[in-house]
Amino acid sequence: MASNNTRPDAPLPANQSADYGYALKEAMYAGLITLGMFVLFIGLKTDQNIRNELILVPRWGLLAIFVIIAAVGRFAYIAWLGPAMASGKAAKSRKVVSTEKSFLAQHWTKLAIVFLFLYPALVGGSLKWVDNFGIQILIYVMLAWGLNIVVGLAGLLDLGYVAFYAVGAYSYALLSEHLGLSFWLLLPMAGILSAMWGIILGFPVLRLRGDYLAIVTLAFGEIIRLVLINWTEVTKGTFGISSIKKADFFGWFTFNIADPNYIGKVFDIAPSGTYYKIFLYYLILLLALLTAFVTLRLRKMPIGRAWEALREDEVACRSLGINTTNTKLTAFATGAMFGGFAGSFFAARQGFVSPESFIFLESAVILAIVVLGGMGSLTGIAIAAVVMIGGTEILRELTFLKAIFGEGFTPELYRMLLFGVAMVMVMIWKPRGFVGNRTPTAFLFERKEVSGSFTTEGHG
Amino acid sequence: MEYFVQQLVNGLTLGSIYGLIAIGYTMVYGIIGMINFAHGDIFMLGGFSALIAFLVLTSFWAGIPVVLALLIMMLVGMLTCGLWNWTIERVAYRPLRGSFRLAPLITAIGMSIALSNFVQVSQGPRNKPIPPLVQQNFEVFGINISLKQIVIVVITTVLLAIFWYIVNKTPLGRAQRACEQDRKMAALLGVDVDRTISITFVMGAALAAVAGTMFLMYYGVVVFTDGFVPGVKAFTAAVLGGIGSLPGAVIGGLLIGVIESLWSAYFSIDYKDVATFSILALVLIFKPTGVLGRPEIEKV
Amino acid sequence: MQGSSSTNNNILTVEHLTMRFGGLVAINDLSFAAKRGEITALIGPNGAGKTTVFNCITGFYKPTEGMITLHESSGKTHLLERMPDFQITAKAKVARTFQNIRLFSGMTVLENLLVAQHNKLMRASGFTILGLLGLKTYKEASRNSIELARHWLEKADLLQRADDPAGDLPYGAQRRLEIARAMCTGPELLCLDEPAAGLNPRESAALNKLLLDIRQDTGTSTLLIEHDMSVVMEISDHVVVLEYGQKISDGNPDFVKNDPKVIAAYLGVEDEDEIDIPVIREDLKAVGKGKKGEAR
Repeated sequence: MASNNTRPDAPLPANQSADYGYALKEAMYAGLITLGMFVLFIGLKTDQNIRNELILVPRWGLLAIFVIIAAVGRFAYIAWLGPAMASGKAAKSRKVVSTEKSFLAQHWTKLAIVFLFLYPALVGGSLKWVDNFGIQILIYVMLAWGLNIVVGLAGLLDLGYVAFYAVGAYSYALLSEHLGLSFWLLLPMAGILSAMWGIILGFPVLRLRGDYLAIVTLAFGEIIRLVLINWTEVTKGTFGISSIKKADFFGWFTFNIADPNYIGKVFDIAPSGTYYKIFLYYLILLLALLTAFVTLRLRKMPIGRAWEALREDEVACRSLGINTTNTKLTAFATGAMFGGFAGSFFAARQGFVSPESFIFLESAVILAIVVLGGMGSLTGIAIAAVVMIGGTEILRELTFLKAIFGEGFTPELYRMLLFGVAMVMVMIWKPRGFVGNRTPTAFLFERKEVSGSFTTEGHG
Repeated sequence: MEYFVQQLVNGLTLGSIYGLIAIGYTMVYGIIGMINFAHGDIFMLGGFSALIAFLVLTSFWAGIPVVLALLIMMLVGMLTCGLWNWTIERVAYRPLRGSFRLAPLITAIGMSIALSNFVQVSQGPRNKPIPPLVQQNFEVFGINISLKQIVIVVITTVLLAIFWYIVNKTPLGRAQRACEQDRKMAALLGVDVDRTISITFVMGAALAAVAGTMFLMYYGVVVFTDGFVPGVKAFTAAVLGGIGSLPGAVIGGLLIGVIESLWSAYFSIDYKDVATFSILALVLIFKPTGVLGRPEIEKV
Repeated sequence: MQGSSSTNNNILTVEHLTMRFGGLVAINDLSFAAKRGEITALIGPNGAGKTTVFNCITGFYKPTEGMITLHESSGKTHLLERMPDFQITAKAKVARTFQNIRLFSGMTVLENLLVAQHNKLMRASGFTILGLLGLKTYKEASRNSIELARHWLEKADLLQRADDPAGDLPYGAQRRLEIARAMCTGPELLCLDEPAAGLNPRESAALNKLLLDIRQDTGTSTLLIEHDMSVVMEISDHVVVLEYGQKISDGNPDFVKNDPKVIAAYLGVEDEDEIDIPVIREDLKAVGKGKKGEAR
């Protein structure tokens, strides 16, 4: 399964032709290393017997497969693939890239938005495709676009973003439970509360440099989660808050079958859960587009430019009279606000919130999407979200794998494993993400993309 | 008073484990300036290697002496984890060296996710308990000290002594310190930087594996998620002691262990991790150089 | 040496400035003044504390002792040692460049100049909120800021490169861009830290022209750290010489050029050279060893 990433990646041999002796030797090493790494973890499995004692179940066959894959893979890489890739690269560098853009490339943002609006119809309102894929991916797109303001534009590495998502979700859950306010009132309130938390948490940490900032934000994220777990009087701890009120359509009609203005009754159509899902789909789509719109707008404003300048060089910013503390705080607060919006959407969608949903892993996934997409690039981030979230969601659908690996095979189990491996591989393949180029916010003569190799990564 | 000292002893034991893990963080940070986020999971892998080694040993030789079993478990863990960390550095971190600053951190996070889920998939998601290995207890001045605790503290001390010797007295240690100061210059003067970094990763992993073995022996159970929280705490320890400083890592580890057990004893066990994370945040905000770290002057 | 002329004529007065880092005294009781509309050069051997003086003036370091006063042409005065660094640029109108160029290399040349007009644009955009709604005043201010940027790009001879990333410019152009960027903040005092370092003669000439243009067109006073004596002697009106954190000479270029203390500091005719040269020999030997080690 994970054998591909276990090959040690030696630099290519100097000579381009296949050197089978060398390849054979390398293959042997790779096999030995794989054997050493996996002999305990794959070769033997710890299982509990009836008396609840641990026993070992040998899986030597599987281990052998791993070792063979590693050795053969390494051999193929050294002997054929490596030289082929090297010559391919050389050919590529000679090729002149045409500057003419196709119709698709020019208008693809518009096409993508049209596609997204038609999507529920295209999949025939299928719950699985609208809910598990559409809504799920769009939530991550929105979260990643929100985090992009903090990480991608301002260059502040935030590993605790999920905390603001949690603040949004719990604000909605608690306020709708205790005050009975409607979704449309609570959505902005959740955003404001999250933004406030962004400022509160942001203020003490702004002096910190990149990695340290990451760790402190991680700590804050964990503290908020632990408080949610332990402050049982308010949050009901690990049980979570359930039966949270659904969102409604501006009070015109609701999606609660018991209500007098249930959508089915208002339009005189058969009751179905699909309406709510489709409503939620368009809701999150609009929220995500709002995030994108605000981000694009802010980039062309002085504050957005100051964020990007901050990412490039904080000292220079200060020398130009920019109040870096305020600039960082606005980035933190704006990012947090969108996290809060997404959080209240999440609570309205699930009807249930618990601290389980706001673990560190979520922050890591969101950050991974931002970085894999290419920091600052909305398009790249959307692509990364589709690939990473959609890709792991689709594993659930791969039932044919059961035919290959046997009935007991559950592809979902491998979701996060594959996610982690994919993160590593994409980073090695494209350290600056899918879209590394940056579009300038202003121009005198013509708008030229700035290559990712010029952008620096910030000091804050 | 006795209760206090008792908690202190418990804290020091726990702190020894954190200290051992923290050294791995601090060394890697010192030498390549990267937070090796997957280090906590290497520690977890160490616990699992020790567990499986233990099961293999007892299935062949039911009456194996405990000391021998522990030694073998530790050695197996050190070898396995060393190999893992070597490979990880080689495959995932080395290609990104000198690249975009966030790339290694993201890769390390990805690696951490991959490692813990690999263990979940290959060994199952359940808690893995073992029968207690070491059971004797001693009463000293009314304080209950278990043999386990003594073993942990002694092994930690011995390892630290060996480790200190390697870093301060051998050519390898000199190469490591040189790379820490200035990697480019070290390379110009004939230090094999790649090899030094590899060895650093292997050494860190070996210490983490020992910590994993101790953890398994102390708590008698290990599970695939065990890498994260001890990992973050060990990182806290490294930061608290001053990242980059080896004695700092140990002191930080002991401090974190003591604070954690005193907090649990006197305040609230529920919020013990909140305490640790708060310390992490406070130290980074107010004294980012830690207890023994070197101060940094902002260069303009 | 420099007569204590009326303070109104001075844009910057530095009085009894002392800066210590731990036990190290980087600047020791330094006093000097820079006149309005003039180019004042701060020169001295390496390690004399010139950049530290700059960092104190621009607020990146807080001086241990002393007073730094800026007199705006409007009559307002600012005590720079009490202000945070960004306010020194925003309020007291002091702009600076850096010894090792600090451009926003991933942003275009034009964007660099727009970032420099941040505070003005922030106010025009109603601190973002009004601008977000697409208000007219912001659009107008935005157009004006691009015009100002274009003006300085022309002056710095960078107009053709306006849409290229700043990191893509050649070294000399980056130096000029940094100065143009500082000018976009609308400063009364421009502090340049070794602007001619590493420039070839042609670039150096272009720089001199830019600096003289700035003085002529805007009346901005300039404080300059420089090693290149041709630049110093050609364009500066007033020279302050530092050595080991202390002022050893102060006056017009001709006076300083012939001051025996300055000659001693630069050419080393006094006993200092006997201390310095063995040290340098040691250094050279060490470098030689390093090279041999590498060859092996």
